[in-house]
Parts: sequence; C-alpha cells; structure tokens
Amino acid sequence: MLHLVLFSVFGLICVAGAVNLLVQRHPINSALSLVVVMASLAVEYLLLGAEFVAAVQVIVYAGAIMVLFVFVIMLLNAGEEEHTTGSTVAWLLGIPGLLTGAIFVAWADLRYSGGTQVAIGALPGHPKDLAQLLFHEFLLPFEVTSILVLIAIMGAVVLAARPEAVQESKREG
Amino acid sequence: MVPLSYYLVLSAILFACGVTGFLIKRNIISIFMSIELMLNGVNLSFVAFAAQWHNLSGQVFVFFVMVVAAAEAAVGLAIIIAVFRTRETLNIDQVNLLKL
Repeated sequence: MLHLVLFSVFGLICVAGAVNLLVQRHPINSALSLVVVMASLAVEYLLLGAEFVAAVQVIVYAGAIMVLFVFVIMLLNAGEEEHTTGSTVAWLLGIPGLLTGAIFVAWADLRYSGGTQVAIGALPGHPKDLAQLLFHEFLLPFEVTSILVLIAIMGAVVLAARPEAVQESKREG
Repeated sequence: MVPLSYYLVLSAILFACGVTGFLIKRNIISIFMSIELMLNGVNLSFVAFAAQWHNLSGQVFVFFVMVVAAAEAAVGLAIIIAVFRTRETLNIDQVNLLKL
C-alpha cells in the first residue's frame, strides 16, 4: 500500500513536470521542470529496489547534465520562443493516431501484465552485485564506453572552440 | 505493491511527452531537453523490467544509457553553441542550412 501511494505521488509529480516542460515557453523554466522529473524518477527507481541507479540518476542527470543545460541557457541568453501554428492536416490525423496508439499500448500493458512485486531492498540491486556484473560480463562494453566519453570530450572542445582561437593556436604552434 | 504495467504506463507517458516536445518546441535547447526526457522514460522501463525478471542486466544498461546521454549532452550543447555563434539565433526554423 505504501508502495502504491509513493508511486502515485511521485508519478504524478513526474508527469506534472513533463507537462510543464512542454507548456513553458522560456527554456530555463523547462530546464527546472526537467530537474523535478529526474528527481522524482530517482524515487521511482528506489521503489523498484535500484539503489545505485537512483543515486546515479541524481548525481549524473539532475546534477551534471542539468548544470550543463542551465549553463548553456545562461551563456546564450536564451529568450522566450516564438509561437507558430501547426498545419490542419497534422491536427486532423495526429490526434486520432495518437489516441489509437495510446489505447492500444494501454490495452496491451493491462492485458499482458504480470503481478510480481518487490519489497524495498528485496531485489539484489545492491551496488556490489551491480559492480560484479559490470566488471565481469559487461567489461568490454564498459571499456568501449570510456573511449566514447573520451571522443565526446574532444568533440565538445573542438566544436565549442572559437574559429579565431583555433587559427591563432595553429599560427603559434 | 505496484504492478509492472503502472511503471510501463508512466514510462510511456514520459516518452510521449518527450516526443511531443521534440515536435512542437521551437527553441533548440528545449528540443534537446525533450530528447533527455525520452531517454529518462526508456530508463524507467529498463529498471521496471529488471525488477520484474529479477535480472540486474537491465540496471547495467541504464548505466550505459546514462553515459551515452551525458556524452550526447556535452556534444549537443557544443553544437548548439556553434550554431548560435554563426547564426545568432536559437529558433530551429531559422536554422535551415547545413552550411553558413
């Protein structure tokens, strides 16, 4: 019962944050509601017994990535976005299509759902077990990921560098 | 206790919000945030399935998705800065040429 209450409360906060992200016109408001979504998702992960994932969600997503977003929004001085009206065809075909898809997915979920439940801490979501898996079975993907991150760092530096600065450093070097 | 389907419905709602934002937003940064929202929705279904099948591999995959999302955010925001520097705008409708 406690599980269901916690799930409902934080699920509602989560959906409210996501809808607020869509409604807000100013990017900084969208970014702050995205922080709310991520923080409440961390609680949902805790309910599922995934302690490590919940911690990483708060540190990496709500911390690092959102700081990057807010920093860029402030750096570029992003203002309110302009309003445009969509095409009539999109309204006529899109909304029935969306409703059909949503009803189908909800039906499939409810029809074929199992009823297994996990108590808090009952799942072997312990960081030790996770590390065991990560550094044995998934060692190669883990190492490949490190190369990906390295390339991403270099790519970000190259892309964000000013062209004049690159020219100057070439002339000096 | 919460059935798996509830988590999947929440995950689907988050993903749908992300897709909608991706389609209706005009600001390039807001579009980028919608992509992050979609990734979060997928992560939730990964963790829910991991709990359902008592298999930790799902949580390891969430870890990998987060790493890729972090790399994507760094590179994407660098691209946004480069676009803003050449065009002086964040409106996606005015960014319609690959070349300056």
